[in-house]
Order: sequence, then structure tokens, then C-alpha cells
Amino acid sequence: MDNISEPLQSVSTLPDVSAAIVKTPTPGTLRAAFAIVWKDIAAELRSKEIVTALIVFSLLVIVIFNFALQLDRTARENVAAGVLWVTFIFAATLGLNRTFASEIDRGSFDGLLLAPVDRSAIFFGKLISTFVFILLVELVVIPVFSVLYGIALFEPLFLLVVVLGTLGYAIVGTLLAAMAVHTRAREVMLPVLLFPVSLPVVLAAVRVSQGLLAGVEWSRISAAFSLVVTYNVIFLAIAYMTFDYLVEE
Amino acid sequence: MEPASRNLRTLTYISAALFLVSLYMVFFYAPLEVVMGQVQRVFYYHVSSLWVGMLAFLVTFIVGIIYLRTGNLKWDRIAVGSAEIGLVFTIMGTAGGAIWARPIWNTWWTWDPRLTTTTIMLLLYVAYLMLRQGIDDPERRRRFASVYGIVAFVSVPLTFFAIRIWRTIHPVVIGTGDPEAEGGFNMTPRMVQTLLFSFFTFTLLYITLLWHRVRLERLSEHMAALRAKFVS
Repeated sequence: MDNISEPLQSVSTLPDVSAAIVKTPTPGTLRAAFAIVWKDIAAELRSKEIVTALIVFSLLVIVIFNFALQLDRTARENVAAGVLWVTFIFAATLGLNRTFASEIDRGSFDGLLLAPVDRSAIFFGKLISTFVFILLVELVVIPVFSVLYGIALFEPLFLLVVVLGTLGYAIVGTLLAAMAVHTRAREVMLPVLLFPVSLPVVLAAVRVSQGLLAGVEWSRISAAFSLVVTYNVIFLAIAYMTFDYLVEE
Repeated sequence: MEPASRNLRTLTYISAALFLVSLYMVFFYAPLEVVMGQVQRVFYYHVSSLWVGMLAFLVTFIVGIIYLRTGNLKWDRIAVGSAEIGLVFTIMGTAGGAIWARPIWNTWWTWDPRLTTTTIMLLLYVAYLMLRQGIDDPERRRRFASVYGIVAFVSVPLTFFAIRIWRTIHPVVIGTGDPEAEGGFNMTPRMVQTLLFSFFTFTLLYITLLWHRVRLERLSEHMAALRAKFVS
């Protein structure tokens, strides 16, 4: 019963927009965020409309790259990291397009906004569910890629870079998807808004991945790795502070 | 239609006059650089244009925050005007850089960190203007654009410090740079004076243009309101 009383308490704090910049997440916020994540995962388990489509899409992109670039053995090793990341960001962008669009098309977004919880709970819920979906896609794509291109990708550090780079992309992507969904040509607008903002993290992630695959020493790629981490921290803070202004109706 | 205020007109004439003086200084007052020759004179306006570009994006960032806090329309007019002017000056500065790079680096363009981050900055503010075009509801357009102005601004310090963090061939004339940079030189006092004067002129030009642009925006909002009143 206490999980009902707790969100109700935060009703009184909701209209206080001036405190938005210095707010701190409450336990209720976290619980609400995970409720959204759970709802998205349950919906996905029943409809299977996003993850399956993204996996098929990613595999098609890899096949297209193989023929478009006329990859032979050495060329494959040189461009592997780039091809993999382009595949990930294309798939992630398609997934992000659905993050808020699916809610708005069904009219359920107003329901989320009416819920008596902190608005950042919606951001974190959507961020985590999108991140989980993209990770699931990558979980299938990486082994297939590894087999098709003949490159061993299952190194802990490589996987860590994939996870962190994807997280950075998902943070900015979730923030901008909430914007793009209200524009006229929303599917086109999201990449236009998102690609330039995400370029630093993608460039850095590609450089680290490529360095790891080529086996260069860590000191030469550690700067790019810290850029990936810094990017995550900076944009998580910006998204947390500004998301309220995007859903203020 | 209200005419431009006396202050604005005076400022416009002053900017024009100062611009002529700065042209004279660039071409006749500043000495010829011995190694690079005449093409080095691009430098004064190249640096000044990009300075105005970054200043303009900083202004868009700051007024964006103020708009989100206060909801006052005038801040948003400054934000959009500043972003447009910043974009134009960044393109001008980049074009000037390319003209200089052709003889000095022997290429118009290279994917150097400084040039890459500048490109990202340009694309971000193109996206900023596209976002504004793409939203019909004016109140939402202002709100979203303010947030995007904040997100986009992260690229500006990244661009500014790019030549000071990464190994790059772009020279750092002010302060100390990478010894591998190609095309660096030491400025004589006359060169410093010319550069500072260009900085000042361009900054004043930016203020003048911004003022005109804000006035134009206010007039077009007025027109839209009148049209809505009489046409419907």
C-alpha cells in the first residue's frame, strides 16, 4: 500500500518548476522510471515490433556494407569498427524514433504526463528501455558480425566501449526524440538533430574500438575513451536539467 | 512600420566606418608576413569571424537559459537572431581558413580535429534553425529551440580548445601551440593592433546586425498578429 501513498506525496512538489534545476531524484522517481521500463518491455514482449525489426534491419545494413565497400580480408579488418558503429547508430535511431512516437500515436503519452511523478522519471524510464532494446539488438548483431567478418569481438574492453558509446547515444537520442516527435517531419528530423550532437561520442567510440581491434597500446586510445565517459556525464546532466521543459504542456 | 531608432542608425554608420578602417589596416597598415606572403592577411578576418561565430552561439546559449527561466519573448528573438548571425560568420571564417590553407597546407580541407569540431558546430546550428522551421506551435518552438541551443553549445568550447588539446596542424597564434602545427608565426606589434581592431570591429558589427535582426523579428511577429486578426 505504501507505494501508492508515495507518488501522491510528490504531487505537491510537481508545480514547483523553479526548483527543476536543482532537484534531486527521489526514491519514488526511480520506482516510477522502472515502472515505465517494465511497461515498455512487457509491451515489446507481446508485440515484438521493435527489437525484431531492428535486428533484421541491422543484419541488412551489414550485408549492404559488405557489398557496397567490396570488402576483402584486409579491408574488412580496417573498417570493421566503423561498419559496426554505423550499423548501431542507424538501428538506434530507428528505435529512438519509436520511443515517444509509439506513446503519442496511441494517446498514452498524456497518461504518462498526468502521472503524479517527477517528469525526469519519464526520461529515465524511456532512456533505460531504449538502451535495453538497443543492447538486445547489439547482442545479436555482434556475434553474427564476428562470424561474417571473421573478427573476434568478444573482448571485455571492446564490449565496455560498445555499452558506453551506446549509452551516450541513447541519452542524447532520448532527449532529442522527445523534441523530434513534435516536429512536422519527425522521422527525418531526429537524425538531423541527433547526428551532429552525437558525432563526438561516435567518433571517439569508433577510434577506441578500432584501436582495440588493431591491438594498439592503451595509452594511444585512452584519451578517446575518456571522451566517451565525459560525454555520457555531460549529456546526462544536461538531459536531466532540460527534459522537464520539453514535456511541459 | 516604425523606422529604425536613431541609436540603431548611428551604430550602423559607425560599424560601416570602422569596417573601412579595418580593411585599410589589414591591407596597408599590417606588415607583409615574410614566409606566407599576402595570403596571411586572411588571418585577421578569419579569426575575427570565428570569434563572432562563437560569441553568437554563446549568446544563443545564455538567452536560451534565460528564456526557459522567464518565458519572456524578447530573449527568444535574440536567440534566433544570434544563431543565424553566428552561422553566417562561422561559414565566412571557415571559407577564409580554406583560402589560407590552400597554399599553406596545400589543401582546401583536411579532417584535422579543429576543422572537424568546427564542422560539427556548423551542422549543429544548421539543425537548430531546421528545428525552428519544423515546429508549428510558436510557444513550443521557442521552448525546444532554447533546449537545443543549450545542447548544441557543448560543441563551442570543444572547438575552441580543440587546437589546445589534440595534436593538430592548425596553428595557435595566440598563446602556445603544438610545435607540429604548420603555418604558425609570431606577430609583430602592428599585426597585433590590426587583429585587435578587427576583433573590435567584428564584435560591433555583430551587435549591429543582431539589433537589426531582433527588430525584424519583432516586426514580423507584429505582421503575423495583424494578419491573424484581419484575415480570419
